[in-house]
Amino acid sequence: MNLKHSRSSGERTLNGRLKSIQPWAAIVGGGALAAYGLSRKSVGGAALAAVGTFGAIAGARRGTLPATAIHVQKTFTIDRPAQELYNYWHNFENLPHFMRHLKSVTTHGRYSHWTANGPMGVPVVWDAELLDEKPGEYLVWRSLPGSGISNRGSVEFRPASNGSGTEVTVALTYRNPGGKLGAAMAKLLGGEPEQQVREDLRRFKALMEAGEIPTVVGQPEGRRSKMVAMMHATKQPEATQRVRKGPRKETSPAGLQPKYTGTQFGGAR
Amino acid sequence: MKALCWFGKHDVRVETVPDPVILNPHDCIVKITRTAICGSDLHLYDGYIPTMEQGDILGHEFMGEVVEVGTDVKQRKIGDRVVVPFTIACGSCYFCKQQLWSLCDNSNPNAAIAEALYGYSGSALFGYSHIYGGYAGGQAQYVRVPFADVGPLKIESDLPDDKVLFLSDIFPTGYMAAENCDIKDGDVVCVWGCGPVGQFAIRSAKMLGAGKVIAIDRIPERLKLAQEGGAEIVNYEHAPDLIETLKELTGGRGPDACIDAVGMESHGHGIDWYSDRAKQMLGASFDRPFALRQCIQSCRKGGVVSIPGVYGGFLDNFPFGAAFGKGLTFRMGQTHMMRYMKKLLDHVERGEIDPSVIITHRLPLQNAPDGYSTFLKKQDNCIKVVLDPWGEGGNA
Repeated sequence: MNLKHSRSSGERTLNGRLKSIQPWAAIVGGGALAAYGLSRKSVGGAALAAVGTFGAIAGARRGTLPATAIHVQKTFTIDRPAQELYNYWHNFENLPHFMRHLKSVTTHGRYSHWTANGPMGVPVVWDAELLDEKPGEYLVWRSLPGSGISNRGSVEFRPASNGSGTEVTVALTYRNPGGKLGAAMAKLLGGEPEQQVREDLRRFKALMEAGEIPTVVGQPEGRRSKMVAMMHATKQPEATQRVRKGPRKETSPAGLQPKYTGTQFGGAR
Repeated sequence: MKALCWFGKHDVRVETVPDPVILNPHDCIVKITRTAICGSDLHLYDGYIPTMEQGDILGHEFMGEVVEVGTDVKQRKIGDRVVVPFTIACGSCYFCKQQLWSLCDNSNPNAAIAEALYGYSGSALFGYSHIYGGYAGGQAQYVRVPFADVGPLKIESDLPDDKVLFLSDIFPTGYMAAENCDIKDGDVVCVWGCGPVGQFAIRSAKMLGAGKVIAIDRIPERLKLAQEGGAEIVNYEHAPDLIETLKELTGGRGPDACIDAVGMESHGHGIDWYSDRAKQMLGASFDRPFALRQCIQSCRKGGVVSIPGVYGGFLDNFPFGAAFGKGLTFRMGQTHMMRYMKKLLDHVERGEIDPSVIITHRLPLQNAPDGYSTFLKKQDNCIKVVLDPWGEGGNA
């Protein structure tokens, strides 16, 4: 990523504000993040631990990195033209189609209002502005000062080196405000921001290439054990899928003969 | 509807479950007229495939009639009679465009799980564990089929179901196994395993110009069927040194290509087989690659080892030195179904091959649990079980 996007003054940008944080905060905060990540005992947790450790080490060495900023970057190749992908993303109101934690985004010119599904069903909201854009190439946005969740995001579209499609890189940085809000944010990210960004991008790819996001939520199944049922209860339907509305009308249980009967049954070879 | 559900090792049951509905715009619903138990279903039945969950609906070889289509389905129409391939492919990603249909990027909702295990995810499959997508399978009365315009092959002729059903998996799978051998006129192809896929691999190798096909198994009726398909047969239980036997049968050169149509639950004899079996029973390894080792050992220098048999995890005692030392080529993977279905249908329609010859058992869906057990134990000369989802239960 080599984006030039500092339109506002350094004081007001996320990075500008983060730079003012003391190095010791980076060391302590990074260490805590690492400990938390390790305690998750998962891939995402490991990533978080890695990010945290990196933050702590970098903080100790250079004293410049933000305290508990979480930075995630993921790349997928999508077999569609860059401009088409850019156009879809440029309308932020489309983002909830493939970003699971988002409930809605409404845009007003350069400004947008984001609503995410927070813990315990309480929505988390913030306002953001489009910082920079280059049609067919990149978009950069960030939350406005005063937003509960301080974040910054960018998406970049580059023609794939093999000439087939577009390499799409999403980078997100969240700053952990600490306290109650920090806890809420961690929950919002599922504690696994790496995984969340990766899966969001995978859904974006499917939507752009195949015109739908694969799902099995709502399909029939036999009796589940309690444990499996609990696991499945956390699976949500995709925003793009038709939500199941009870059984099909023309349901025909046993008795109705299929149109094509093939050869007769019963006679072994 | 009625559907066959998995509940654990050697425990499958026919249950009443809700009918499937359209969930995505390219879905269709197929009313199933004929379905079958695949040899690879036995890996699920034996509990060797990870990420199965109680209540999963099995079955990936099926055909029937389209009874409902999603809003974005253009080609398939209600009333179409279709054979549905076991792989699910979107038709628009890089891999689908390269005809590598079984490597589709966009059909597996659980791609993250497959990525964690394999680095990248292949396409989803019907009724074959959650790592392959967790899609409900087709040993049922109805099934939801995603990407209805991509996979399902419309059957225009009035050929009976039993003659076209196997275009859903095993016929194309056997054919791709043979095609992967890069057969030149007169080549010797050796096939391990004379189950359904092996039978189609034998016949396909002949179709593709093999001079000699050698078939290896231990079950007399399977060997007999292989012989009827044009193969020379070797019962490995009567061939204590199989590698030497094959050498003699191939003028001392070894087979030009070897097909492992057995997969992860190979049977055999000798110390390494017992060691594999013990490890698998202890859960220390998923796969026992006995047949695969023999393929590698007996293949001629510069030959091809083609692997349609299913493997899921890690291989122990894999003779990689032999593979390297002889400069072997390995070809494998789930079948790129849509490359082959139409072409093989033409062969069937022209009467050049009758896939139904492998069918030994026809049962109503209600009796599918018996079918699994009989097929696993190879009782009653069982080679292939087909199921009628609408047949009356009771004695088959």
